[in-house]
Amino acid sequence: MNRFAELLDRLAYEPGRNNKIKLLVAYFRETEDPDRGYALAALTGALSFKHAKPGLIRDLITERADPVLFGYSYDYVGDLSETVALMWPKSSSAHHNESFLGHPSPQPSPARGEGAQPLCSPHGDIEVTDAGEGRTGGWVPSPLAGEGEGEGYRERDASDDLLSRNDRDRRTHNNPPPPTLTDVVTTLRTLGKAELPAQLARWLDELDETGRWALLKLVTGAMRIGISARLAKTAAAALGEKDPHEIELMWPGLSPPYLDLFAWLEGRGDKPVNLDPTPFRPVMLAHAIEDSDFANLDAADFSAEWKWDGIRVQAVAGHDARGHVQARLYSRTGEDITGSFPDLVPSLHLPGAIDGELLVLRDGRVQTFNVLQQRLNRKVVSPKLIKEFPIHLRTYDLLGDGENDLRERPFTERRAHLEAFVARLNDPRIDLSPTVPFASWQELAAARADPKSAGAGDDADAVEGVMLKRRDAPYLPGRPKGPWWKWKRDPHIIDAVLMYAQRGHGKRSSYYSDYTFGVWTRGDAGDELVPVGKAYFGFTDEELLQIDRFVRRNTTEKFGPVRHVVHEPDQGLVLEVAFEGLQRSPRHKSGVAMRFPRISRLRWDKPPREADRLETLERMLISMTGS
Amino acid sequence: MRGSSPRMTAKHRGESAYIGTMRPQDILLPVPAGLCCKPGGFHIDPVRPVERALITHGHSDHARAGHGAVLATQETLDMMRLRYGENFAGSTQAVAYGEEIRLGDVTVTFHPAGHVLGSAQISVTCKDTRIVASGDYKDARDPTCAPFELVPCDVFITEATFGLPVFRHGDAADEVKKLLASVKLFPERAHLVGAYSLGKAQRVIALLREAGYDAPIYLHGAMEKITYYYQERGIPLGELRPARGMKKAELAGTIALAPPSATSDVWTRRFPDPVTAFASGWMRVRARARQGGIELPLVISDHADWDGLTATIAATGAGEIWVTHGQEDALVHWCKSKGLAARPLDLVGYGDEDEGEPAAVTGEAEPTGEAQSAGETKKP
Repeated sequence: MNRFAELLDRLAYEPGRNNKIKLLVAYFRETEDPDRGYALAALTGALSFKHAKPGLIRDLITERADPVLFGYSYDYVGDLSETVALMWPKSSSAHHNESFLGHPSPQPSPARGEGAQPLCSPHGDIEVTDAGEGRTGGWVPSPLAGEGEGEGYRERDASDDLLSRNDRDRRTHNNPPPPTLTDVVTTLRTLGKAELPAQLARWLDELDETGRWALLKLVTGAMRIGISARLAKTAAAALGEKDPHEIELMWPGLSPPYLDLFAWLEGRGDKPVNLDPTPFRPVMLAHAIEDSDFANLDAADFSAEWKWDGIRVQAVAGHDARGHVQARLYSRTGEDITGSFPDLVPSLHLPGAIDGELLVLRDGRVQTFNVLQQRLNRKVVSPKLIKEFPIHLRTYDLLGDGENDLRERPFTERRAHLEAFVARLNDPRIDLSPTVPFASWQELAAARADPKSAGAGDDADAVEGVMLKRRDAPYLPGRPKGPWWKWKRDPHIIDAVLMYAQRGHGKRSSYYSDYTFGVWTRGDAGDELVPVGKAYFGFTDEELLQIDRFVRRNTTEKFGPVRHVVHEPDQGLVLEVAFEGLQRSPRHKSGVAMRFPRISRLRWDKPPREADRLETLERMLISMTGS
Repeated sequence: MRGSSPRMTAKHRGESAYIGTMRPQDILLPVPAGLCCKPGGFHIDPVRPVERALITHGHSDHARAGHGAVLATQETLDMMRLRYGENFAGSTQAVAYGEEIRLGDVTVTFHPAGHVLGSAQISVTCKDTRIVASGDYKDARDPTCAPFELVPCDVFITEATFGLPVFRHGDAADEVKKLLASVKLFPERAHLVGAYSLGKAQRVIALLREAGYDAPIYLHGAMEKITYYYQERGIPLGELRPARGMKKAELAGTIALAPPSATSDVWTRRFPDPVTAFASGWMRVRARARQGGIELPLVISDHADWDGLTATIAATGAGEIWVTHGQEDALVHWCKSKGLAARPLDLVGYGDEDEGEPAAVTGEAEPTGEAQSAGETKKP
């Protein structure tokens, strides 16, 4: 558990994706089964047990610590699990508060013959045990971990020959080895609610600070460590130099602690066979097309269809062992999102694998992404939600038809299968995304500029652009260059004023590369800037240097990592910001939030007073959402 | 709350001692200039120029220039000279640990504080009452300075930088192991360790050497002078090189030390994809590490942690505790809960060295000629 905790700790601070993978691979390599398997499960969200409530954690600490000191500490740290992890007494059975037993022997003062004596005997009743003997074997130290010691504080004297023997005595004896992640996971699975507090307290006694923190985050279900399930699987694949797609393919058929997976990755076993009737297939993605690309492309080679502004999904159905049809819905990264859309499952009644877009349809009309968003990331899907936000699948492609894998077939052939498949499904929740006929790129450009009259009709507002697919291309995982292109509609653009800048991460850590920008609005004391968004990409490396220099030279105040940059009517930097959409947001002072904002140009030529006003955004919002 | 506690009186001095008119606050009293000893005619760590100053250690908030006479350990005097030049005081006198010096009506002795090289607790005895002003101290092991000595006393003046039970520093050697494991894992990156230039940096270097790391260690310009001074005093730090003038590629896989503020500065651009570490007791709290954009927090402190503070307070046998700079409230509360008389001491002008060390104090010129200079060195 301590080693897993070290990993989580390090991941939480590491901003770089490749560096995170490196940390994960090192962990998988150095950690034995089944611990690493349970770690992979924890990181991919594949563990399930009943979570402990924060109140339980609070009770545990108030039984053991002075409530006033706990109050001061919680105020300072600001996070319950972390506070408890840090101030957990060294051993709740060893009277911590009288523990100056361990202090170096007082040296009598030369000025004072008798000297003051410590208030109690330096040799108390703690038994003497040699360092290291107190623990039993079974724990292999790793360079990444805290050496499997029970408790960081006690280690102070491990290599310490300057401190007195008394100090060494502080290493209490007979410590059981700290629990492994496997111990924790397997115990939690079966532990009754009444036994949880005592078991948690035992573990907290045995773990070090980082271990306690990770344990509390794990049991309260609050493990936010900034890595996705996909990244954890990518790291596992990297351990065996395999393609992450292979793991995605077999993943639904695997279960913790993934012994067969690791055996295969380390070349000790066969590739696990996915017996899952509804496996995920790695998704094919498109490149954004540039104006210059068209010169090399022949319009006749391509088929076009609308790019809907929804959620790209894969809907898979298959026969389970008993012959019943089972259906699953995956996100484009392979995460199982079936639970969020139970209303779509009955519609997926024929075995097959559909690539499509999840949309909300009301009275046959596609709603905007803002509306769809109400259905995302819901823990509880209420009947009311299902009724008010009826879900719909608009299909693009067919990867499998029954037992028949279509991915090697050309697009035109797959499209024909898809049309027949959707007809057989004959379900109002599932329809076909129409193709957009065109004879030349000019014709397609006209359709893209005006989807309403080019076939999208009343749904035109939900069209993000057009997709181009080579008629002869197979369905390839990843983002191969050439077969698929996305040609988005021109984004919305405003001029905003740079207000705050923050340092970036990784390679950009020494540059101010995260920018908060604002537009003008009428305030109590005349016009003032109100922040409307934050962007950290869109600019070139050269532009980054220019902005960084501007930020450093024009900082008016600093708040931790954030710099307040000058933004007066005649002084400041105007940024042209492009974005995909707007929605109302009570969390922002301005009341609006942008989708995918990025810096499209630096307007050194423009004085801040000529930047856009909030009213402009309000108008855009109304024209986008009709509200 | 005046005078010593009854327990102390009964135990150590017999009932007659307390009847004497000397109250502790008659011996040492906080005044705007610092801690003033009237019967001895001096101040301890004064923040304003005074006639006679006793200095606990060389950190700039404790050791300031411009006093008439300064009494301190040889190392502290040397550090002041390094920082302020030859004429930092009217006159100086070096004192050895344990040496008794009579000043007016009081006797003073200096005892190792275990904080940095040359750091001392100052014991002030007047008649039967002994007050120990500990300055900054730690009871954890440090290969670069003499270990903390416990001085039994009636009144103990303790710092409280880490005066909350969440601060428990653990073994610094384990933190160094963490650093070395990371260096091994990321051989293509440089590891940049933010560490206060006086004391912390040298301790980190010494710990790296103890852990068997024998490659050259690179230094930010601001810490060269003081680090070479440590070496002159016989503290083995292995091969050290200035980071100045190195090519980016040559710094892959290396460890460099810099003042904390430099690790988030344009200075870092000379390093290949640096892993930013910070050696400080504050790194125990995640939010603090995250605020600073730290990727590898190393919990290494030159101050006693909560267990160290409480154990030391108890072991001095003092019946009265004065608590200064840091989290006074929590420590005062703890003392009272243990039956000790305790109060916060309102001393101003002492900081926490990890919080605000200017990086650009010495000429670490920017090769790019970036416009930053003065504005960079100031903290909000």
